[in-house]
Amino acid sequence: MKKDIIIVGVGGQGILLASRVLGKLALEAGLDIKVSEVHGMSQRGGDVITHVRVGEKVLSPLVTEGEADTILAFELLEAARALPFLKKGGRIVVNSQKIEPVTVKIGAAEYPQNLEALLEAHGKVFAFDAREVAMHNDAPKSVNIVLLGAYAAGETFPQEAWLKAVEACVPPKTVEANRRAFLAGWALVKQGE
Amino acid sequence: MEKALYLGNEAIARGAWEAGVRVVSSYPGTPSTEITEAASTYPEINSEWATNEKVAMEVAFGAAMGGARAMTCMKHVGLNVAADPFFTAAYTGIRAGLVAVVADDPFMFSSQNEQDSRFYGRSAHVPVLEPADAQECKDFVKLAFALSEEYDTPVLVRVTTRVAHARSLVTLEARQERDVLPYEKDVRKYVMMPGNARGRHVFVEQREKKLAEASNKMEINRAEYRDLSIGVVCEGACYQYVREAMPEASTFKVGMCYPLAIEAVREFAEKVERLVVIEELEPFLENQLKAHGVACTGKEMTGLQGELDVKKVREILTGKKADLPQFPAMPGRPPALCPGCPHRVTFQQLKKHGYTVFGDIGCYTLGALPPLSALDASLCMGASIGMAFGAEKAHGKAFSRHAVAVIGDSTFLHSGITPLIDACYNGGTITVLILDNRITGMTGHQENPASGYDIHGNPAPQIDLEALCRACGAASVRTVDPFDVKALDAALEEETAREAVSVIVVKRACVLLKRGGEKK
Repeated sequence: MKKDIIIVGVGGQGILLASRVLGKLALEAGLDIKVSEVHGMSQRGGDVITHVRVGEKVLSPLVTEGEADTILAFELLEAARALPFLKKGGRIVVNSQKIEPVTVKIGAAEYPQNLEALLEAHGKVFAFDAREVAMHNDAPKSVNIVLLGAYAAGETFPQEAWLKAVEACVPPKTVEANRRAFLAGWALVKQGE
Repeated sequence: MEKALYLGNEAIARGAWEAGVRVVSSYPGTPSTEITEAASTYPEINSEWATNEKVAMEVAFGAAMGGARAMTCMKHVGLNVAADPFFTAAYTGIRAGLVAVVADDPFMFSSQNEQDSRFYGRSAHVPVLEPADAQECKDFVKLAFALSEEYDTPVLVRVTTRVAHARSLVTLEARQERDVLPYEKDVRKYVMMPGNARGRHVFVEQREKKLAEASNKMEINRAEYRDLSIGVVCEGACYQYVREAMPEASTFKVGMCYPLAIEAVREFAEKVERLVVIEELEPFLENQLKAHGVACTGKEMTGLQGELDVKKVREILTGKKADLPQFPAMPGRPPALCPGCPHRVTFQQLKKHGYTVFGDIGCYTLGALPPLSALDASLCMGASIGMAFGAEKAHGKAFSRHAVAVIGDSTFLHSGITPLIDACYNGGTITVLILDNRITGMTGHQENPASGYDIHGNPAPQIDLEALCRACGAASVRTVDPFDVKALDAALEEETAREAVSVIVVKRACVLLKRGGEKK
């Protein structure tokens, strides 16, 4: 088994937590894992990318361009920015929520149109408004875990293993909300199948 | 044995703890900060945020000279600040192990330059180890302490962003407790005046020769023979890229890049048809090999800038370009000051008044980006004040009537005090804004001497910035709340008009700071 996952979004969206859950899951499954994060300056509202690699033996801490099995995107434009990493026909799980970059806000650039079509031209896309799902399930701070649930539903690990990993990584007070969030994301994908 | 998923930086701290380290002193800097944050969670380690890297190096040196294993950690440019004690600590040597960890930042994710710290090892005649993943981070730090004591030398451990900020599996081991050695006065070893230093320089040269010889037999420097048509010399993250890009290639895995295992590499080179060096930034390994007559290629293919990765290395080693689809460029999403950030107001007003703004290093460097576009310069920690004074010397005092220096609380204490004294002492008339947001912000909220708390969040003596600036000789010092825009404007107008050094402490807590009792 070998899985290369690119997780992208905007600083502050909780990407590091999502990658930590994946790490915990792989650790419990006895697999090798590497997770590359960028800390520091990019956290201040800039684009953020985390590389997660799981397998029997992982060498490079970075996913190679054109080789990612999945892009898990917390924001639509960031999914498109990450496309060069995706292997042909790979999976894209994307939050359809748009967050305008500062370059768009000040009129120096335009938020691109028809990004969904661009994504669909390169991969199998599952797009949904994860923020709405999180709100609807009374877990407004767990948008990241809703997305992780949607990602997980397309993978081979059993649901219980995922939930255990989520519970191990989130603050104890938020376990119930994150459970609901994860299951809601999971259910959306399973319904669509 | 228990395995855990550790950040390279966390593994460095774990290695230090397992090696019986008792003292860690550092100044935060991406990508090194988490080492000291992790070290501070071990009760057996006396950890601190020092005022700057030079102080941190001296505190760690003092502990090691005094008989306790000690470590100091910094980003690459931090080692510039700490270079003075580092070079002479190489002469004195140590009593208990001393390890300096330096984190380089190829591609400058969060840095102002792309310097290659390995040269510090060569210049100071200090051995340099470079781990390739989190497990090696832990193992190499332990080895570094052993080498430090065996060879009576500080040891530099160098990581890059992709090792420091990558998580991978680490086998956890127990701490090897070590007694603090009794203090011993040794003037010829520790008082570096010329007569003693000349003697120590002889020792340094002999030590380096011994290390160079031992390097050839160290397990961390190893030849891995596979297909003999190509042999690749590599270290750190590049080793992983090479192994993945061309699994069949023979590799020489460098663990200690200075002094390099020249004879071991020479033997490797003789067995392979073509020798390639794959390294990021400068031709550090390549030039050592070439200087010793080992023919190889490297920088003409890898270039000097940015990061390498599997794709680039594969293209270099195979000579074949990857055939990948093209994608439209997306609008950039640069980082920005947070909504509600107190610095925003300050920069809006500075821009409105059209001041020339000499900036510094911290979150507020983002004030340079549109739409604020409020900075004229940002050079290094503490430079804003000296630059403002220098510009005044070039253009006359009139220039400072529409110019200011802008520096954060932590950066001011790091290296802004001495230039403030310089400007006061030498008759400057500059205006300095200390943006006091009650925390070291950019690196992720570390306490500092102005915040009133120590590394553990316990109350600590809090420096009085106003009193400090007055003591330096500033003619006028006042504090304003940036959210009181009228007061800020009035302070700017009056203080820039004043023909003497003025300091305005622009004080309001970082909007992300979660600490009780701070004004937000």
